[in-house]
Amino acid sequence: MNAVITARGLRKHYKNTIALDDVDFTIPSGRIVGLIGPNGAGKTTALKAILGLTPFEGELHVLGLDPRTQRNKLMEQVCFIADVAVLPRWMKVHDAIDFVEAVHPRFDRAKCEALLKRTKLTSNQRVKQMSKGMIVQLHLALVMAIDARLLVLDEPTLGLDILYRKEFYQRLLEDYFDDDKTIIVTTHQVEEIEHILTDLMFIRDGKIVLDTDMEAMGDRFVEVMVSVDRADAARALRPIDERQVFGKSIFLFDGADKTVLEGLGETRRPSVSDLFVATMKGTYK
Amino acid sequence: MKTFLWLVKREFWEHRGGFLWAPVITGGVFLLLNLMGIITAEVIGARHGISFGASGELRNVMSQMDAGDMSKVGMALDVAMYSSMAIITVVLGFVVFFYCLGALYDDRRDRSILFWKSLPISDTSTVLSKVVSATVLAPTIAVAVGILAGMAQLVMVAITLSFHGINVWQLLTLAHPFRVMGNLLGYIPVYVLWALPSAGWLLLCSAWARTKPFLWAVVLPVASGLLISWFGIMGLFNLPTSWFWREVVVRGLFSVFPGGSFTATNGTAHTLTINGESGLDVLNLGHSWAAIGTLNLWIGVAVGAALIAGAIWFRRWSDDS
Repeated sequence: MNAVITARGLRKHYKNTIALDDVDFTIPSGRIVGLIGPNGAGKTTALKAILGLTPFEGELHVLGLDPRTQRNKLMEQVCFIADVAVLPRWMKVHDAIDFVEAVHPRFDRAKCEALLKRTKLTSNQRVKQMSKGMIVQLHLALVMAIDARLLVLDEPTLGLDILYRKEFYQRLLEDYFDDDKTIIVTTHQVEEIEHILTDLMFIRDGKIVLDTDMEAMGDRFVEVMVSVDRADAARALRPIDERQVFGKSIFLFDGADKTVLEGLGETRRPSVSDLFVATMKGTYK
Repeated sequence: MKTFLWLVKREFWEHRGGFLWAPVITGGVFLLLNLMGIITAEVIGARHGISFGASGELRNVMSQMDAGDMSKVGMALDVAMYSSMAIITVVLGFVVFFYCLGALYDDRRDRSILFWKSLPISDTSTVLSKVVSATVLAPTIAVAVGILAGMAQLVMVAITLSFHGINVWQLLTLAHPFRVMGNLLGYIPVYVLWALPSAGWLLLCSAWARTKPFLWAVVLPVASGLLISWFGIMGLFNLPTSWFWREVVVRGLFSVFPGGSFTATNGTAHTLTINGESGLDVLNLGHSWAAIGTLNLWIGVAVGAALIAGAIWFRRWSDDS
């Protein structure tokens, strides 16, 4: 296993809040990891630490480099899209391409231009004349033309309409992602990325509360739809969540015996968003 | 190196308005006003029958001049050339001042810093590219524009005089356009060194301030100046309070305005004194480079370097975007 990121005892605190509390995790190569957490859980801080944008305590290696001291070298292999609209507003499309081509050793101009051909963007257009969706298209084209090993996406589709959002992830999957690349993505629109993730990390109050690949998640968590008369039997198995739909109860179990659950009703793999809601209950209280 | 040149190029793209168009427009307006002035003078002159040119009097004046007088005419023409540069210089000072204040702040405010930081560029190169843009690129462009405007001004004056019977070529040979160009270009290195503490201070504030870098950059030195004045702290070092105002507040804030280095060699700039041979060579390099020999300049360079190092540190680690 070729680890892209290893974190041991990662800590970061701001004046009176702890953003990362002794976090350990490992991300192997060729994965798409969803880093999901409520607002203020420490997602962005974790990403900033990985990108060397913020000081932290503990041990963190990204592609074998320390982001604190070897940031310049690291950024040749790492790409980063924060939320939308961080491209400088004065820039024209061709300025952006010229500049990135000049400063980035792994940028492929032809690929970038080919990607932009599929959009409505013209080479003389300025960022300030573009819609949010178009800015993201430009940014994505620039980033996808860079042969990087790690791509970090922090709420990349914030404020985009559904067409742009779908296109964004489709492009990434079809034209970018392969076994040598790793993508870390944070977003609140969990449903939209659920099907592309290979791994899932839940973060809450600076701690990783769930770190699993999607297959293992399906084995561990089971949702059962139970009719009212059997609800008490289901509750006895200590579900982590319960909700009512059309007169039936849906229970979410963590690590319960599957054969027993199948006896209670129809079972299925829970959606990431249901799992998220169940895991994060009481966060804002 | 290639990356660095592109970083400077990027600064030019972003600040084309300040770096290029501000001096061009200033020079253009200056020339236009001069032209209008000349036309007005000619029209009024013609209307009132004051036509000394036609009677050949002015030509006679010229022919009666001795060598010394002629060189003064040459100097006057040189000054005409410099005059457009003087206006552009003031504009340049403002451009560089506000450029430095915004250079490491604006992209934090609009968060485009996250884009720049996603590229493999060191923060040291980024900050130094901004120092070079402010102290080398901006003044070089301004001087180039100033020279062109100066030439235009010179030709304009010469042509006007030629309507009054004076030979254009004779006038132009009296002027020293190449010497003027050399003097202006030659002053740039002095400007770079002299402006360093100011550029450094403004960039530091730009990299550090969470909001309103202008206020911090100005209020901090001025407030400390006031405190020092009130409590007479400078007395402890046997220095007058005015020393602090002059050497810290003014030097720190306004050294990006060209010409300040002349105050290092004498109390006030006396660039236009006409005495002796070199006096006729306005702004000659021997004079403008004299500042290089002063401790003031080199202390400024050292302080500037330290401030720039601070700006690089804040650029690397400030975490508010």
